[in-house]
Amino acid sequence: MSSPGGPAAGAPAPSARAPAPGGRAASAPLLGHDEEPTLFELSVPGRRSASFRTTGVPEWSAEELVPAEELRPEPPALAEVSERDLVAHLTRLSHRQYSVDLGAYPLGSCTMKYNPKLCDEAAALPGFTNVHPATPASHAQGWLALLWSLADALCRVTGMDAATLQPPAGAAGELTGLLIMRAWHRSQGRSPGKILIPDSAHGTNPASVSLAGYETVSVPSDERGLVSPEAVRRHLSPDVAGIMLTNPNTLGLFEEHIAEVAGLVHDAGGLLYYDGANLNAIMGVTKPAAMGFDIVHLNLHKTFAVPHGGGGPGAGPVAVTARLAEFLPGPVVARADDGTFYWDGPARSIGRTHGWHGNALALVRAWAYILSNGSDGLRRVSEVAVLNANWLLARLRGTYTVPFDRRAMHEVVVSTKDAPGAAGALRALDVGKRLLDKGFHAPTIYFPLVVPEALMIEPTETESPQTVAALADALVEIAREGPEVAAGAPHATPVGRADEARAARRLVLTWDAVGPA
Amino acid sequence: MAHFVPHTEEEVARMLADLGLSSTEELFSSVPAALRLAGGLDLPPGLAEADVAAEMARLAGANAGDGLVCFAGGGAYDHDIPAVTRSLAGRSEFVTSYTPYQPEVAQGVLQALFEYQTLVSHLAGLPVANASVYDGATAVVEAVNLAMAATGRRSVWVSEGLNPRWRRVLSTFTAGRAPELVEVPLVGGTTRWGRAGGPGEGGQGVPPAALVVASPNYLGCIDPLGAARAAATEAGALLVVAFDPVSAGLLRTPGQQGADVAVAEGQPFGTPMAFGGPYLGMMAVAQDHVRRVPGRLVGRTVDSAGRAAYVTTLRAREQDIRREKASSNICTNQTLVAITAMVQLAWLGTGGLRELALRCARGTRYLREGILGLPGVEPMAAAPVVREFAVTLPVAPEAVVERMADEGFLAGLPVEAGGRQGLLVAVTEKRTRAEMDAYLVALEKVLS
Repeated sequence: MSSPGGPAAGAPAPSARAPAPGGRAASAPLLGHDEEPTLFELSVPGRRSASFRTTGVPEWSAEELVPAEELRPEPPALAEVSERDLVAHLTRLSHRQYSVDLGAYPLGSCTMKYNPKLCDEAAALPGFTNVHPATPASHAQGWLALLWSLADALCRVTGMDAATLQPPAGAAGELTGLLIMRAWHRSQGRSPGKILIPDSAHGTNPASVSLAGYETVSVPSDERGLVSPEAVRRHLSPDVAGIMLTNPNTLGLFEEHIAEVAGLVHDAGGLLYYDGANLNAIMGVTKPAAMGFDIVHLNLHKTFAVPHGGGGPGAGPVAVTARLAEFLPGPVVARADDGTFYWDGPARSIGRTHGWHGNALALVRAWAYILSNGSDGLRRVSEVAVLNANWLLARLRGTYTVPFDRRAMHEVVVSTKDAPGAAGALRALDVGKRLLDKGFHAPTIYFPLVVPEALMIEPTETESPQTVAALADALVEIAREGPEVAAGAPHATPVGRADEARAARRLVLTWDAVGPA
Repeated sequence: MAHFVPHTEEEVARMLADLGLSSTEELFSSVPAALRLAGGLDLPPGLAEADVAAEMARLAGANAGDGLVCFAGGGAYDHDIPAVTRSLAGRSEFVTSYTPYQPEVAQGVLQALFEYQTLVSHLAGLPVANASVYDGATAVVEAVNLAMAATGRRSVWVSEGLNPRWRRVLSTFTAGRAPELVEVPLVGGTTRWGRAGGPGEGGQGVPPAALVVASPNYLGCIDPLGAARAAATEAGALLVVAFDPVSAGLLRTPGQQGADVAVAEGQPFGTPMAFGGPYLGMMAVAQDHVRRVPGRLVGRTVDSAGRAAYVTTLRAREQDIRREKASSNICTNQTLVAITAMVQLAWLGTGGLRELALRCARGTRYLREGILGLPGVEPMAAAPVVREFAVTLPVAPEAVVERMADEGFLAGLPVEAGGRQGLLVAVTEKRTRAEMDAYLVALEKVLS
């Protein structure tokens, strides 16, 4: 590892490091395996990019503006780079990054579909971007109309009656939904303390349950990979506030007994929460409301093609049935008789779940996507997502173990454990790493937890049959190559397998913490 | 209709045949018939790209906000965004990638986040920063959750100077754990911390997990952190500071003044106001709390060939591993906005941040002096301000905002403190003297 100019202990200011190599913009081979220097190594004291507009404002000094005891003598050390070097640095970094625009990204449960460029352009319109969130409704009718229309469309897709667009991500949506559940129970004079969650659930579910002040009760999946009414009945009690389910579940299977489960939970005084992570499988086919759900969160960054941005931002709107609408976070947009839009506060709102109105530009992208697809297009999305997954499964059967071999929905879970087509004992981790060499992103691995050595694969509807076939071929080839080849992978990536144990043992979370070379 | 699904009808038919099926309906055989929709979705049919673009342009054009000269802040600021920031943050490798679960093909995002963490650490004056949370409001929630986990206490003293919407988010998202949130009043624009045993006079007697203070606060005032630190120490509590990362170019850092956790809204660095999101929750902590930090942390390590490599680390803190024992449920965060801020901070550079802060402070002083010269206008607080200030007006603030919008200005935000209504006004480096002079003329007219 080279770290030129690595600091002596106790010398944290990057700009104080010497010698800084400065710009080496033109020297990096395309998609090279060389280390990319950090911003701080590219820094040269005194170099700058920023310029500021002419304003005519009097040029008072810092000392005239800030009390001496509050003023810091030197600004915090950032970086000092030329714009040209900054562009080269970020461009080189981008070349060390896999993305949907580059190729298939079959991460199960993440719905890494193609993100239409049209949506990018819509979200960049100055009429959206240059609007302060406190602009009076009278001067932001376009924004309010968009928010109202999107909430309405999400209700139509889910069968719900009202929605909030505030939660900025799926997990925030989960917590919001659970707090609505809590508020509803209180309004009924009850304070049950438990939430049922299947053992195949996403980790955010139990974490959200704890934050909402509930206790998680894990419901085991049956031998078919489903939540059985019997199991739910066994765990129901007056102390159960509700159940959180993903349907199709994280095994990619439709919970066939959902209507019966819903009846049991409702009869026991509980509510049903729908984790919308897998909504991409069912649009236009069925709706959470038809299954008996009361509260739904949607991941617009999955189903509705909002790009994931390397980990975010997303958007996690929450939609509810009519009896829960008064508890939604507020304000929400309402439409007056004259067709104008205004902010309205639900009567018994649980409060705000975002500093403003949610991840608004993500909502713009989702609305452009929904307009593009319409009713026919959204149904087509789900049909082909399910078709691609089943067609992929057919090509993997016989090579990998299929723990629950039934009609798949939008994703499939296979296992390397006792894989019939593998030349030796393969690990899921190694299969994922080897797939990187073959030009694909890895599937989700070791999830759901109920399947050992799981590979959770979600091709999505935007990958062509040719791409799905190539992905299947690559996975079959990896199994045939056997564990020795896979164990050393990846080889074709900008870095080889990263030492994660060392990262945790010797924490280096900032450039200041990088020790001498 | 747009065509984002590539399959031809022939391909679909062939794939179905491969599966022994004759229609797409049969793909859904596991969905009970009683649950299937008879008539499809109740939405209009899909539109062609050009039609969608036209509708989006119509909606965007229906926002007069685009044409308003902005003097509103309160957590969202109208800063200039250079072309380089828009261009680099818009690179599709960053835009269309997922959470970096496979570090070998995610070094771009991971290294950018490592550099972001370093920059946030320097702004906050604390050694550890995470890879982002949703926004400033939820950063406060995470800080409070961290403090409750660290101390085992369930009371929190929150300054009245903290953004009121953030306080509402804090009270919403902590409702499940029901901490006692005690509001500590502002007096003259700064927080009146009481003695240990309770804030202000007649305290609550429950020892707090944290004191939460904003500086500059919601009235724009610098709230002395020395007093907050002393009160926190006396109470045995963590000090959580919400700071303004732009003013950080001029002001002493939260870390230098004893903050255990520092949070900020990172929107001012390259992210448009965009009706409130996506924004950026910046969060930094003292070394003691590194294992309690919510969300992702990027660490630097080496690969199998000994080259520098970046990974997400201390993963055992996170929800997908700790599940119901996790102290945060965050998964998706604001990575792209963090990368945007990284680029913007690099473009600004050390000297540029200072100049940015200085220019905001100069504009703020110029406009504040002008407004205070208008009849019937009084300052809401006497304490020094840097980039924002609050005044009381002889006319209701909501009405002033509405009428000023008709004059072409977003005049500010209605604000309330200590039972008094006022207008919160922000000035960024983007505002010219001519715009401010015109604002004063319009405001005088509206107030008269």
